[in-house]
Amino acid sequence: MKKVLPFLLFIALVSGSVSAQDEGDLLSLLGDEPTTDYTTASFKTTRVVNGHSIENTAAGVLDFKISHRFSPVRNGVFDLFGLDGATIRIGLDYGITDRLMVGIGRSSKEKILDGFAKYKILRQSSGKKNMPITLSYLVDAQFKTYATNDRENLTSSRLFYTHQLLIGRKFNDALTLQLMPTLVHRNLTKTKAEKNDVLALGVAGRIKLTKRITLNAEYYYVLPDQLAPEYTNVLSLGFDIETGGHVFQLHFTNSADMTYKGFITETTEGWFNEPTGIRFGFNIARVFTIVKPKDFY
Amino acid sequence: MKHVLLLALAVAIFGTAATAQKLFTRDARIQFDSDTPMEKIQAINKSGTAGLDTETGRMEWKVLIKGFVFEKALMQEHFNENYLESNTFPSATFKGELVNLKEVNFAKNGTYHVRAKGKMTIHGVTKDLEVPGTLVVDNGKVRVNSNFNLACADYDIAIPGVVRDKIAKEIAVKVEAVLEPRKK
Repeated sequence: MKKVLPFLLFIALVSGSVSAQDEGDLLSLLGDEPTTDYTTASFKTTRVVNGHSIENTAAGVLDFKISHRFSPVRNGVFDLFGLDGATIRIGLDYGITDRLMVGIGRSSKEKILDGFAKYKILRQSSGKKNMPITLSYLVDAQFKTYATNDRENLTSSRLFYTHQLLIGRKFNDALTLQLMPTLVHRNLTKTKAEKNDVLALGVAGRIKLTKRITLNAEYYYVLPDQLAPEYTNVLSLGFDIETGGHVFQLHFTNSADMTYKGFITETTEGWFNEPTGIRFGFNIARVFTIVKPKDFY
Repeated sequence: MKHVLLLALAVAIFGTAATAQKLFTRDARIQFDSDTPMEKIQAINKSGTAGLDTETGRMEWKVLIKGFVFEKALMQEHFNENYLESNTFPSATFKGELVNLKEVNFAKNGTYHVRAKGKMTIHGVTKDLEVPGTLVVDNGKVRVNSNFNLACADYDIAIPGVVRDKIAKEIAVKVEAVLEPRKK
């Protein structure tokens, strides 16, 4: 018995101390479950300046868009640097899911009604799933709602369609770049020489200056031999200023139009040749949550 | 008699050793609330990880900042991009221990009031923290509940002047988790 007791005690003590751990990380015993980190906030809103960005409106969220473009600034104080000649677009965007959004809008210039759908095919991510880019597809239809008397007007002659691929990457907090190969289809062109299908390549980006202010740039290059020589490419430069619920986009651009068919295929005044078409414009976006996440009901 | 005493001793020692375990969870629920007259902010994270060593009282918690869900998607985006900067500081952690471990008997079902003391790291800033909590032992599982306050200023979370009235100085944090032995 005396021999057994110390042995038993020894066993008891040893088995007790075997489970005592060293000072290592407790949670590391659990192991890391790899997760996928999807990139967010590549741009502050769903438009760069005139065209779309790779951002989508979140699921259940309604985005109210008010945009103005003014007359060229070249007339100076006379028309308050173009403010007198304001055109407007009112629009509503809605996120059906985090990857699919739709929107409608109406512009005062040419009384155009537009509607679009944008789907995120690929999402930039790191971690378990690695994807270097975000790839979105946009289809946009524009309809000139009034008919002029100078010709026999078929409804179809006033319809325009745009198809666009948006390929973008948020390189880091400070820089996002995107490429936008675009096709604008006009059912009716002004002359036979002009093409119904116009191909363009857009390039856009943003530089984040502070947490809430970014510098945006957008340029659409129309491939040669498609439009009449009087048309030129659209270049836009501006700032995005984000407050609690609004994004204010203040910019200079040379296009008076806010619809794809307008700013890609019908821009007549450039930045640098006389007369310059540089004009001021702004977009305001205001988001409202329509459908809350299920935890909040 | 000696045999009986010896057996009792052995059982007591072995018995204690058997309940010294490490308990974990991957589904800790962490909620925080900021209530001001101007704005009510609430976020819920349902995938916090936690570990508890019942023998030493050591406790570790880790929660991914991007896992917090808000009612408003834009608020969630601002929380990550502007306030917590979650790309740079992906998670918040607490590493500490139960101050009154001796008062807790993990082998006996019941409710135990405890205090945890350790270091909380949020937004890259580490601060000493001591908080109260409740452990409910239920057949080897431990249900943890804790409510405490944290101040944004303590963790270098910058609140711009325009929204200062919308965010409370003290954020109410609520932790709920069920810890159990690791499933192999």
